[in-house]
Parts: sequence; structure tokens; C-alpha cells
Amino acid sequence: MSTYDSRVYLDNAATTRLDERVLEAMLPHMTQTWGNPNSLYSTGREAYTALESVREQVATAIGAAHPNEVIFTSGGTESDNAALLGIVPRKAPHGGHVIVSAFEHHAVLEPAHALEKRGYAVTLLAPREDGHIHPDDLSAAMRDDTALVSIMHGNNEIGTLQPITELARVAHDRGALFHTDAAQTLGKVPFDVDDLGIDAASFSAHKIYGPKGVGVLYLKRGTPFDPLIKGGGQEFKKRSGTQNVAGAAGFATALELMLADLETEGPRLAALRDQVIEGVISRLENTVATTTAEPRMPNIASLLIKGVEGEAMLLQLDAQGIAVSTGSACSSGSLEPSHVLLSIGCPPEIAHGSLRISLGRFTTQADIDRFLEAFPPIVERLRSMSPVYEKMYGSPAR
Amino acid sequence: MLYSDKVMDHFNNPRNVGVIADADGVGEVGNPVCGDMMKISIKIEDDRVEDIKFQTLGCGAAIATSSIVTEMARGMTLEQAVSITKKQVADELDGLPPAKMHCSILATDGLKAAVDDYLLKNGRDPISGGLAHDDPNFDPHAVEPDEACDVEE
Repeated sequence: MSTYDSRVYLDNAATTRLDERVLEAMLPHMTQTWGNPNSLYSTGREAYTALESVREQVATAIGAAHPNEVIFTSGGTESDNAALLGIVPRKAPHGGHVIVSAFEHHAVLEPAHALEKRGYAVTLLAPREDGHIHPDDLSAAMRDDTALVSIMHGNNEIGTLQPITELARVAHDRGALFHTDAAQTLGKVPFDVDDLGIDAASFSAHKIYGPKGVGVLYLKRGTPFDPLIKGGGQEFKKRSGTQNVAGAAGFATALELMLADLETEGPRLAALRDQVIEGVISRLENTVATTTAEPRMPNIASLLIKGVEGEAMLLQLDAQGIAVSTGSACSSGSLEPSHVLLSIGCPPEIAHGSLRISLGRFTTQADIDRFLEAFPPIVERLRSMSPVYEKMYGSPAR
Repeated sequence: MLYSDKVMDHFNNPRNVGVIADADGVGEVGNPVCGDMMKISIKIEDDRVEDIKFQTLGCGAAIATSSIVTEMARGMTLEQAVSITKKQVADELDGLPPAKMHCSILATDGLKAAVDDYLLKNGRDPISGGLAHDDPNFDPHAVEPDEACDVEE
């Protein structure tokens, strides 16, 4: 970390630093194999060969049966939009029903709302209080006309992992297709589209030390789909636009590096994550982990710091060079606390004090130590300034 | 969303934090459910704000607007204190992000409530003309960001 600066970056669920090795893999495609992969002459063919080679690499890594099930996009948001807006109208052209979980990323919720405006019925499936979507609950929400179910793999705020295999089976049993947003989990926990039995999945490169502006939509062969981006018919007519070969190569290398370290990184990050949770709870009263229910991602610690507003904590940590995230209303400008926390039954006054610490490849023990040293005095100071802390929580701020 | 240097200064080094033990007037506004809550206590002498302290639960802007309003009000007559507008508070902080304009209403309301509390305790009529927070139709979160910037009170 010190080669860059002395700041402590604990917001790896928001984005990650590009790995130098990924950059190395991308550069030749900008200056050497720079041609248009759709051109017939040699400069184009070289780019085509490079693109198809990284596509195959990604297909193998995610367990896709065919390389052409891997469609390169501009990122996770586009992949989510394409999945919902591309599959549903084609699968159910005369209307129907869609189920998405209530704690999806906005990249899924907003296209679902758009489908609702077009006349589709949309169910927001609530997670249980431990932060998991239960297959029985999905089963109860299914209808005969359910066209698509979209449930995220790892939740970006609280880190819980959903039982995708079981959920996909429930959807398929009733004739619906299944999509999952796996932007947070790809490369961090095992992910194999064949094992999971899904029809579509969304991925993002910048969550795994790859470049921003690159993603993948996995679309199982035969899945009904209308392209969101129309034009020259690139990406097997599923996503037009001259391909970003360097970006695709960056995605492939980023994923390869993640998978090479998967076995060791998971336990390392889980241990650091638990240090964060236990360290905060033992140092500060009236703090609690949002959920510790397994299965969950190894790199996300979600904490509720009662009696403090999240943005205030975030800014004070930033003043000491520590970057974290919060689900408080005030941090986003949206004025509503996080829909994820509200969906698991967290009261708004507590959701305002949520803190997400997300770890990554470049997170060190020293980073965690620095956070745990800096954080408690910040909370104590803010609580001591509060007119209601003592009234609400019964004791003066320590 | 960026805060001005002055907002950050008042957030990091808030002025007049605390409670006046023998306060003449106390104003408490806001709601923890909305994420912000403010309490102002004042000491009055010859109908002027002699001393003023605040406590705030809230974001950077909520704390900074609370801090600046205590500085602005100190030494003012009661009439002057209750006429401080949310725009004056924001201007004094070199501006607030549009989504944060409602925080300055918290500060002006807290001050108005404290002044009225003092007057009522002394058998006099309140002069603030009512708090935005007491209006059943008041929803700070409904204020359109663009509108909030330009609203004159």
C-alpha cells in the first residue's frame, strides 16, 4: 500500500485498485492488437483472435459451456439492465411477472421498476432478518406467469450469500428463468454457472482489481434475449459496439488472478473481517454486526453503530486518511437510509449509523490496526455531541 | 457532493458544543428516525443572546450548521435571532450541497424553539412565528434539491 500513499482504503466493495498485472495484460491491446475485431484484414483478425482467446478464458473460469455465452459489456450495471430488460420482454412478450429481491443493487431494482411501468407485475422479495433470501419464500412468491427471477449472489452492503442453486431450482420448477448479479462475489467465492444452474449472471471488472467500464453478461445458450444496445451486431448480436479488447483482456486477467488466490484470500480476509467486527464491538458499547449469519462473503464487515450518524463517522475517518462506506441517508444525498438495511428490518434510526468496511487484496493487518485505533474515539466524540445518546441508550458516551 | 472548507472546519471543530446547565431557554428539534436531532440552550440577558450551546446528532452538514448558527446568534436580540434564515446559515458556511439545505432548517428551527421557550417561560408571547418542523406539511426531505438552493424566506 505504501507504494501508493499512506491512506487506508477499506471500501473494496465500492471499487478496487487496478492490479499492475492486469494493466500489463491490457496495454498490448491498446498499442499492438488495436484493430477492430470485426475487420477482415490481419490487423482486425489479430484483435479478433485476442478477444476470442480472453472470452474463452472467461468462459472456462465461470464454468460456461460455450465461449459465446460470455458477452462483454460496459460493466455490472449494463449487464443487469440487459438481463432484465433483454430477457423479460422476449420471454413474456404479452406481459407477466418478475421477482427481484428487495435488497438488490439499484442496477437491478431500476430496470425492474421500468418493467413495472411497461405493465409487468413485479414482486420485491424480502430477505429474512438474518440477511438471506430463503428458497421457501421465493417458492411462495412464484406465479404461473413468472418470467424471470433475479436475486443477487452476494449482497454488497451486508455481505450475505444467497443460496443460488436452490433459488434457481425453485424458479426453473415453475418455468421461470433465473439471473443473478454476481458483481460482488465473482472471484471471491466459488462461482460456476453450471453448478449453480443459472440462465444469466452479471459481473464487473473493477470489483476484482480490473478496469472500470468493463463487465460481462453471462447468457446461457438459448435464453430468450433482445439486445439492450442495438447496432452493428457485435457480441453475437447481443451487444453492439466495437469491443473493448483491452478491457476484456483486463477482465480475463483480473479473474484469473482472483481464482489463483481464491483458496488463500478467503480465509485471510475472513480473519481480518472478524477482527474488524470483534474489535469494534469490544471497544464500543451499543455496536453490533448487522448480520453474522453464514454463508457470507469473507471481505465485508457490516456494523451498526447506534447513536451516531454514518456520514459524520465517514468524514471523520476520511480526515485521518481512512476510507469506508455507510448506508446512512446523508452520505448518499438520497435522504433515505439504505434500502438493504431497511429490507432486513433494521429501524431507520439505526440504519443511519451503519458502517461498511470492505477488505481486499491490498488490505493489510496494519490497515485494520489503524482503523481500530482511529475509530473508537471518533464514535465517542460524536456520541458526546448528541442530544439524545444518553436518553436513548441509557448511559453517557464513554 | 462536496462540502466547503468552512463546513468542514465547523464539522471538525464545532463551536459552542454542550448544554448550558441553567439555561433560560431550550429548543429541541428533529427526529432520530430522520437521522438528525438538535438541541440548543440559550442564556438571555436584556433580551439578547448572552450565551448559546448546542448538541447535534447528524451528518457533517447538521453539525456544521448547528455550530455556525450558535456563532451567528451570540449577541443578537431575540428578534434578530429568530429571523436568521436557512439561506443566511448556508451562505455563512460558503454554501451547502443542495441535498443538505434542509440541515440549515434544523439549525434555524432549533434556535427559534429555544427563544420561544424562553419567552413562554417568562409569560411572554412567542415571536418565532412557528417552526418549520411543527408544520404537519413540512417534509424537509421533500424539498427539491434545486428549489432548496433558491428558496428565500
